[in-house]
Parts: sequence; structure tokens; C-alpha cells
Amino acid sequence: MEGNVFVFCETDNGVVTDLSKELLSSGKKLAGKLNVKLEALVLGNNIKDISGQISKYGVDKIHIAQDERLEPYLTLPYSRIVSSVFDKEKPQIVLFGASSVGRDLAPRVASTLQCGLTADCTRLEIGDHFDKKSKTEHKDLLLAIRPAFGGSIMATIVNWDMPPQMATVREGVMKKEIFDENYNSQIIEVDVSSLIQQEDMIVEIIERHIEESKVNLKESSIIVAGGYGVGSKENFKLLYELADVLGADVGGSRAAVDAGFIEHERQIGQTGVTVRPKLYIACGISGAIQHRAGMDQSAMIISINTDKNAPLNSIADYVIHGDLNEVIPQMIKSYQELAH
Amino acid sequence: MKPLKIVVLAKQVPDTRNVGPDAMKPDGTVNRAALPAIFNPDDLHALELALQIKEKVPGTEVIILTMGPKRAADIVREGYFRGVDYGIMVSDRRFGGADTLATSYTISMAIKKIGNVDLVVGGVQAIDGDTAQTGPQTAEKIGYPQVTYVEELIDVSDEGIILKRRLEKGVETVKSPFPTLVTVAGSYDNCRFRNAAKTLKYKYARTNTELSREKDYIKEIVEKNDYLIIPEWGVEDINADPAKIGLPGSPTKVKDVTNIVLTVKEAKVLDASGDSIKDMMKDLVDAHIIG
Repeated sequence: MEGNVFVFCETDNGVVTDLSKELLSSGKKLAGKLNVKLEALVLGNNIKDISGQISKYGVDKIHIAQDERLEPYLTLPYSRIVSSVFDKEKPQIVLFGASSVGRDLAPRVASTLQCGLTADCTRLEIGDHFDKKSKTEHKDLLLAIRPAFGGSIMATIVNWDMPPQMATVREGVMKKEIFDENYNSQIIEVDVSSLIQQEDMIVEIIERHIEESKVNLKESSIIVAGGYGVGSKENFKLLYELADVLGADVGGSRAAVDAGFIEHERQIGQTGVTVRPKLYIACGISGAIQHRAGMDQSAMIISINTDKNAPLNSIADYVIHGDLNEVIPQMIKSYQELAH
Repeated sequence: MKPLKIVVLAKQVPDTRNVGPDAMKPDGTVNRAALPAIFNPDDLHALELALQIKEKVPGTEVIILTMGPKRAADIVREGYFRGVDYGIMVSDRRFGGADTLATSYTISMAIKKIGNVDLVVGGVQAIDGDTAQTGPQTAEKIGYPQVTYVEELIDVSDEGIILKRRLEKGVETVKSPFPTLVTVAGSYDNCRFRNAAKTLKYKYARTNTELSREKDYIKEIVEKNDYLIIPEWGVEDINADPAKIGLPGSPTKVKDVTNIVLTVKEAKVLDASGDSIKDMMKDLVDAHIIG
């Protein structure tokens, strides 16, 4: 295949997101293996000096689409511009973040371009694939690796005949690494006004309420997490008390989030964040495989559960068989005694 | 306001959320065949959104559309039990092996056949793949705008629909004119339960394929009440291009699959007594894990 590696860079009020920087680093490696260039596509308002933020990740070309109609994100104008740039530039590989923007935009673009898209990848590699049906060898394909079936399998996905090869990548699985502090990028301005049509602006944002995320579970060294077994939002207060004493952050399983016990941004697991703390205290979490996939790399795991056979217990270092309403206060008490 | 024609997209999926010991093979991998087939959870929330609009807008018609193997007719019946007006199955062996691009093409052709659809709703994602791609791709193919990750219905009028959507870092209230496509998140209202009268009325709803294997008395009931026939649309019924469906229409191919093997650790099992918890906390402090 021919063409460069492209990364769609998401911005928030002119600031490139961490996830996009992770993608640039990952894209740089792929481009290196293929001996092609790394290009970035950035949409938004007030993004003229974006190169100061991203050139150092080794970006050879930056395509900038600047227009006041592009802040905040709207599906239709973004999809129009991104599809049109890729249609013209013919990339070999395109990476998007698996964020609410990336997961809204990438499928729409893939459908417009009639190409393949692999969602929520956790690993990207370059490799060959032999197609048994046509008995042909395909060289240097993007191997897009992702969990599927609730995290019980890892699937490697390839696309050799309908380019570009597109993937969305989850936050926190790639490492952002500065390639060269003084790297120079060529800047290309996208002619936005010739692309956006009146009909692209029919969906209107009435109100937007953005809260800077107070939690960053990816960075936490201790996490106290609750599942459906915690029983209520009220009972979650106990988890916050323990976290407060230990200097930890609080997370939850999908079941706890779905039940409304805890907010969405604190969800841990395959559809939430992946965490690797030094201590993970699981309270009333049965341990559905999709949850374990997001926390099983924790250095030490304590599982508090009334169910002796909770699947999570099989990966725990300590299993406390009991009611968390009794266990947690004792943990707090013991810790306070030890600390003095 | 003018009545709406709503299509609910719903999928039958293996229940990957609750993988219990019964579904685990001795080697630590999941026995997928042992997982029960369920109504995809997000799609149930989408169904609820459609039924709420039907209550607000008199004369609104709700059609449930499912694509899958023959046994997915369960999804259409479940839709009837909970209050849809009509159900359609899209089923043909040639649709098999489809990735999201081929799936969205197939669904878009079925929506075009239904015709004059004001609103398409579906779950954000299905739990067997968790891709969240089929909704936006279908919207693109039928030329509708899209509103994804919806968790609340604010208002519906002739001018359009106002919805609250969930982002990673907050919420956004958007207004889309009709026609439009909406994907609904798990944080939307739970779906209402089955309605007893409707469950009784549609108990024997069957596709012709199912009916051919049924007992005579059921055949008779269905023949007398043709609303019980669930239509099955194949490739020709929706005028699908065979090159764009199933495996041939799917750009992404699975190269290989590896099972996740969960390594079992030897855990220290404690009771909830004060002493054992104190010992554990002391170990953690001594190992500099806490404190």
C-alpha cells in the first residue's frame, strides 16, 4: 500500500488532547516502519499555532482547518472536511482517538470513504497477512488489535483491499513520546469555506456543559473501586471515605455506572478506562471479564465480596470474604492506628 | 404535531457481560456458545426512547428492525410485547460475516425500503463488539444527521428533537431536525416491562421459517391473524448489491483471534474480623504500598 500515516488530532479550545499526542507517537512508529511520512489533521478555531504543541512528536505535515464553525465539535462539518482531506491525500493509515468525538466521527468518515475501520484498538503493529482464499500475500498491513466479546478474546483485524486502513485507539494504551523538540512541520491550510455546506450546520448545540475532569484514574496509584454489589449511591460514600484516608481515587464497574451509583467518567474496564495502579481495592465487584480487562495489570488487588466465588477473586492477592459495610470501616480504623 | 415514523434498530447478542463459571472452559477461556442470547442492552434503552415519543406524539408508528440469523425473531417478538407497532427481520445467509460497513449498508437498504422514516434510533453499541460504528455509518448511508450517546429526551416537536448527550467531560444539549438518527446510551431511562395484553396478543408472532416447524394449532392461529406474520427480508427484498453485503462487502477481516487466559493467583483469603484486616493493612504499609 502507498500513502502516509495520518492522525486526526482532537483539540479542546485550541489545546490538543493527550489522547491525540499518544496517537501521534504511535503513528510516528508505524510511519517509521513503513518508511513514510506522518501527517496530522487538526480542526477547530484558534489553532493557527498548533505546531508548537505537536511538531515535536515528529509530524512532517500539519493540515489545519480553522473556522469558527468548527468549535465546538459538530459531526457533519467535521465529517465533511475530514472525508474530503483523506479523499484527496489518500493516506495509507488513519488513526482517531476512541473518544466521544473520535467514535462519533470515524465511522461516519469510514462510511463516506467506503473503507475499513477497527474500533477501540489497544495495540497497532505492521505485519504481513496471507489470505488463504485468494492465496495472496499482503505485505506491511496495519494489524489492528482489539479486545472483543466482552474482553474474552483479542482479535487482530486487517484490511488489504479498501484503503485507507483506519482505526480508533483507546486512551492510555499508547505512550506519548517526544520525537524531537526541534522538529519542523510543514503547514498546510485547508480551505474550509469551500468545503462546508449550509446543510452541514442543521444540528444545533443548544447548551454545552463541560466539566474539566476532576479524576484521572490512569494516573492514580491507589484505586478504590465499587461494583453493583455496593448496593447504592449512599453506600459508595464509604468507598470515598476509604479513598480519602489512603490518598486514593474512586472508580466503578460498568454495572455500578449503569445503576447510577457513580459517574461515567469513573468507569473502569473495557468500555471505560484501563488502569494499572499499585493497589486496586475492589468492593462488591463480581469481576465480569470486561471489567478485569481494564484492571488486571494492577500490581496488587484486594477483593472484598460476600460472594466467595466472585470471578474477580481468582486474580486477587487478598480476598476478604465479608460485607463491605463492616470491612471498610475496619480498614480505615486499622490504617489510622498504624499511621500513628 | 405531525405523527412520526420511527425505526428502532435492535440486535440479538450473546450476553458477554455476565460470564459466569458455567461459561468458562477449564483452560480459562470463555465458552462463547454457552452464553445466553439476549436483547442488546443499549437497544432496549433506544426502544424506550421510541416508545416515549410515541406516547407524546399521537399517531406515531414504531417499527422494530433486527438483522441476524433466524433465531433473532425473538427480538421482534420482544419489541411487540413492549409496545412496537410492527416488526421486521432482515435475514439471509448471504448477510453473514458482515463487518460494520456491510451491516450498515444492509440496514440502510432496509430503512429505504420502509421509506419516509423520520427517526431511526438504536443503541450506542452492541456488547458483542462494542464498536459503536453501525449507528453513525447507517446515518451516513441514508443521508441523515446523527446524534450519538443520548441519555435524555428533552423535547420533540415538528421542528425536530432536542436531546441531551453524554460526552467524556460533560453533557451537551442538541437539536436536530427530522429526519435524523439517534444512538442511545445505557444511562437513558430503562425500558418499560412487557405489557401483559400485548404479550398475549403477539405470543404466536412467527416468521414463515419458524412457522414451517410449528405445531398445527399455532399455524392455524397465525393464518387467521396475519398481523402475527413477521416479514423476513432477504437480499433481493431490499435490493441489496451482493458485492456490498456479508463477507465480500466487508473491508475488515479477522486475521486471528486469541483467547484471553486469566492467570489465577493464589490469594490470601481473609474473614471480616478486625485482626485479619489489621494484619493485611500492616503488610501493605510495610511493603510501602500504602502510607
